[in-house]
Parts: sequence; structure tokens; C-alpha cells
Amino acid sequence: MDAFIEHKLPLGQYVEQIIDWITYQGADVFDAFAYVLEMIILKLSEIILWFPPISLILALTLYLLIKKRIGLAVFSCLALALILNLGYWQETVETLVLVMFSTCVCILIGIPVGIAAAHRPWLYTVLRPLLDLMQTIPTFVYLIPTLTLFGLGVVPGLISTVIFAIAAPIRLTYLGISEVPKDLIEAGKSFGCSHRQLLFKIELPSAMPSIMAGVTQCIMLSLSMVVIAALVGADGLGKPVVQALNTVDVAKGFEAGLAIVLLAIMMDRVLKSSQLQKGA
Amino acid sequence: MNTQSLHEQIDERTNSTMIEFKQVDVVFGSKVDKSLQLLDQGMSRDEIRKQTGQVVGVKQANLKIKKGEICVLMGLSGSGKSSLLRCVNGLNQVSRGSVSIRHGGEMVEFSKATADVQRELRTRRISMVFQKFALMPWLTVKENVAFGLQLQNLPVAERDRRVEEKLELVGLAEWKDLKPGELSGGMQQRVGLARALATDSDILLMDEPFSALDPLIRQQLQEELLDLQAELGKTIIFVSHDLDEALKLGSRIAIMKDGEIIQHGRPEEIVLHPADEYVRNFVAHTNPLNVLQSSSLMTPVSELKEHEGLLCIDEDKDLWLTPVRNGVLPHIVQKRKQGPSEAIPANIWIPAKTTMREAMETRYASGYPLILTEDDEVVGIIRDQDFYHALLGKHIA
Repeated sequence: MDAFIEHKLPLGQYVEQIIDWITYQGADVFDAFAYVLEMIILKLSEIILWFPPISLILALTLYLLIKKRIGLAVFSCLALALILNLGYWQETVETLVLVMFSTCVCILIGIPVGIAAAHRPWLYTVLRPLLDLMQTIPTFVYLIPTLTLFGLGVVPGLISTVIFAIAAPIRLTYLGISEVPKDLIEAGKSFGCSHRQLLFKIELPSAMPSIMAGVTQCIMLSLSMVVIAALVGADGLGKPVVQALNTVDVAKGFEAGLAIVLLAIMMDRVLKSSQLQKGA
Repeated sequence: MNTQSLHEQIDERTNSTMIEFKQVDVVFGSKVDKSLQLLDQGMSRDEIRKQTGQVVGVKQANLKIKKGEICVLMGLSGSGKSSLLRCVNGLNQVSRGSVSIRHGGEMVEFSKATADVQRELRTRRISMVFQKFALMPWLTVKENVAFGLQLQNLPVAERDRRVEEKLELVGLAEWKDLKPGELSGGMQQRVGLARALATDSDILLMDEPFSALDPLIRQQLQEELLDLQAELGKTIIFVSHDLDEALKLGSRIAIMKDGEIIQHGRPEEIVLHPADEYVRNFVAHTNPLNVLQSSSLMTPVSELKEHEGLLCIDEDKDLWLTPVRNGVLPHIVQKRKQGPSEAIPANIWIPAKTTMREAMETRYASGYPLILTEDDEVVGIIRDQDFYHALLGKHIA
């Protein structure tokens, strides 16, 4: 028994060697990749921050009022004003940009993958355990290799966020496409749709509610990753939370946490209301 | 409308085959050779399913459908009628045999056609109406009807014109901007019908289109379909599990059981000469009024009793027919009665092709037995017992 334990399998070492090798071989590529991504996110934040905060708050409130979402308009106005007052405006914008960016990446990858999986049963059989793994494996585990690959900054945070959040759009796109009524597919075929027309004229419109639910979920999951992204150096609302944790600062922790919650509620409601209007 | 005469007109007008099924077998599954082999050995569907796990949808179906005909595929659920229908536009694969469709001047097999021809067939030649409507819930009525036309790449103006025209045809013009979900079932199926008609294809496949509707709406749509057909003259394959519907709509009916066509013929042939016990059971529960011709239930002249040179129509009422002679139309006499005979209405002389329903109405209104004529000759008479006989199904061989 002792002998069994003494001869430990070098699993961890193997993985480390692989990552080291990749890091060494692709250092330039990864650095360039990280630099470009970081610049994009930085510039986007700068553009939004260029506007005076008040004008953006008023614009959103006005938009919601025009859409006749009066309750939501009042809530958003007050919530954003509170965030501004507490001094978390810049962090909120940075978080928003990070979330939007990772959501875009998730949609661009996730929806095509979901469609492909719905059309090919074998692909989904392969994909399903992988998606389970991505959602259950503790974030810190893959945070370490991404850190060594890309260094500190917004990119490892972004990648962790994407790994964690991408399962939602894949799963819900898969679900939506595979639940398109067989009748509708047959109707499409019987009128002479090609595969491409079938996808764009029948499957996607029919699966749209499910796909949109996936996108909303994806946004919420991305938002839940801000603190972890901050641990590896991404800007945003996670940063004050991490700082508060390190300095045991209850006041700061509460304020930053409240800002995250307010942002989450606001985004969820705004997205859902726009979906409702589409559905009606 | 008198459907019987309509069907005859169609027969005279056209004679060309539009769709032909030749020894069609349909087995569902990927490798069907084994199942086909077992089928050839005469195994039943159940036995084949146990051995190979594959379902035989259709076996050895032969059928010709002429231009302008409404051919009803009739059978219980699982009898293979939908499977056979779906072979026409390739929604089902034909495992063996052939289904050919007249496309331009020639007969084309869907499964063997090139992708371009298949698409051409589906966009322009064949269109389909579905049992559960299969309308796109996210499109308006108008957009749904335009669906097939979009795939034909028609210019927008022409497309709109045709959509308006078809919506007018099915009486839905004022509902065009609603979503299908806001309409009743009957109206939804009208949209489905308009969508199928919009492509101006000659062949219409209708897969139990009225089964999901209330009986009253169903009858109404059946009438409308017959009216439309009289105007448009499409070639229609109509799947139904309801023999009354089949008898009402079909110019020909193919009855299916366990994947085989067991009888194919005109409605009246099916009712009068059911091929086997299965068909007879179906027929026993139908209403013969609209199907039978008077000549099918009459007592022929040759079977009438003769007395003192006169043929007996009704002894109690003292009605007699003068003998049938070439060139001279007989007339009714009352030999016991003194003085002038009672005034016998002239409308009791009816053509032998009158439907049973019309004949009964005449009998009801006049109170007299009916005299059937064909080519200016008396062929037979119908008395009350002849009607009872037919209503009780005793005319079935």
C-alpha cells in the first residue's frame, strides 16, 4: 500500500509541461493576442467614459420611458444615480464593457456550435460532457494556465468568463433548434427550402426565444465572474471587492457588491423587457 | 354542387397521368435491404419489425392519378397513407419502386432527379397542406402565404398581387396582418391552403388537412375545397381516415390497410362492391345518401310484376306502367279507378344518375314512387322499400 502511494502518477507535471511548452512556443502570439484584446476593451471603456455620466443615465431613462417601461425607467435612473454618487461609475462602465465583450464572443462561438450540435447528434454527445466540465470545474483551476499564457490583465479574466458562460448559449441554441416542430421543417422542405434557407427561414426564427434566453443567461453568468476576473487583474467592479477583501473593508465591500447587484438587476430587466416585446 | 357530375366532366376533359406509383415500398430505417428481403418472403409488418426493428410504411403500392383528379388515400392511422403521400415530394424516401410526377412534358422521379429539379418540383410543381397547419407563428398571415413565393424569387409586386389574390380566394383578406395564433383552427387551415395555392403548382398534397377541425368547420372546408377545385382543376392527393370525407371529396379512393392498397376505385364502386371484410366494415358505417346513384338502388324494369299487359308499380295505390316499348315513353295509368286519374306530378320521372339524396327529396315532396329514365327509356323504379334497403346497407354485396 505504501509503495502504491509513494509512486505518485505525475499527472499534474504532465499538464504543467504541456502548458509550459505552449507558453514558450507561442509567447509572441499570445502576447500579441492579449495586447490587441486589451486595447479593444480599454478603448471601448474610454469611449463610453467620455460621455458625461448624467447624459447616459438620462438617455437610458428616456429610452425606457418611450418603451413605456415606467417602473424600470425609475429604477434604472435611481440605481445608476446611486452608483455615480458612491463613486463606482468608472468601474461599472468597465464591467459593462467586459460583460458585453465576453457575451459577444460567447454568441459568436456559442450559437454556431449550438446549431451544429443540433444538426449532428454525435457532436452533441461529445459536447455535453465538455460543457458540464466547463461549468463545474473550479474557475481557479483554469485561471492558472491562462495567467501563464497571457499574463496579468483583462484577457485571462475574459477567457475564464467565456469558458464559464459559453455553455448557456450553446445549450439553449441546441435546445431551441432541436425543438423546432417537425411540421415546420417539413413545411419548409415541401416548399423547396435549401438547407441554408431552412436554417434562416425556419429554424432560427423558431428557436429565437430560446436563443435569446441563452444570451440573457450568458450575460448574467458573465456578470457573476467579475470578481474572479478582477483577481487576475481585470478592471471593473470586481476590483474594489477584491481590495475590500484584502483589507477587510466592510463598507467598501458592501458598496461595490451593491453596485454589482444593481447592475445585474437592471440588465436582466432591460433584456427581458425587450424580449417580451419581440415575442408579442 | 353535384359532385358526381363534376367528376365525370373532369374525366372527359383530361386523361393524362400526373402521378404514378409503381410497386412502391417504403421502409423506415437506414439499411433496409434485409427488411425488403423479408417483405418479399411474405412476412408481415409485425414480424419484420421484430426481426430488423424497422417499420414497413408502404408495401407494393401501385396507383395512377390523373390530371384534375382528387384521389383520396383512406385508411386508419398507421395504414401507410401519409407515408405514401410523402413519397411524392420526397419527404419520405422510397425504398424500392418508383414514384413519378409529370413535370413539363415528361415523367420525373423525385428520388432520382438532380437537386435543381427536386427544388424546382417543390417550389413550383407540388405544394402541401398539413394536418396541424404548420404555419410559421412568427409571421403574419400574409407573410405565411408568401412563404412559397419567396422561395420562387418572384418580384415583390407580383408576390403581393398573388398573395392578395389567394387570400381573397379563401376569404381571409381582412385578416392578413394577424398572426396565425390569433385565428381559429378553420381559419388557420385556410391560411395553409392559401399558402399551398399561392405557388400555383398543379399538384396539391393534403395530409389529413381537416382532421384537426370541428365537424361543422370540417364540412364547410370540404365544400370550399370542392368549389375551389371546380375552379382551379388541380391534381390533389388527399389523405383521410374518414370514409364519409373520402366519399364526398374523392373522384377516386384508394383504401389502405397495413401499408397496402386493398381497393382503388370510384366512391360508388367502393360502396357497392367492397373488396373485403375490412372495407365492408368501413362502408357499413357511412352515409350512402351522397354516394349512391338512384340506379344502384332501383328495382329494374325486368323485375316488375306484369298484370294484364301493365307493369305494377304500386298495387295499393293502383299505379301501373304501360309496357316499355322502343320509341314510346311509357306512362302511368290507374286501371281500377273510374273517371280521370289523379294528377301525378311530372317530377317523379328522374334521370338514373340522380343521387340518392335528391331522389329521396323528390319522393318526400311528391309522395309517389320514382320512375328512373336513361336515354329516354325507363330503366327502373324506386319505391320506399328500395330506399330502406339501401339505407340499411343491404345493397352491399
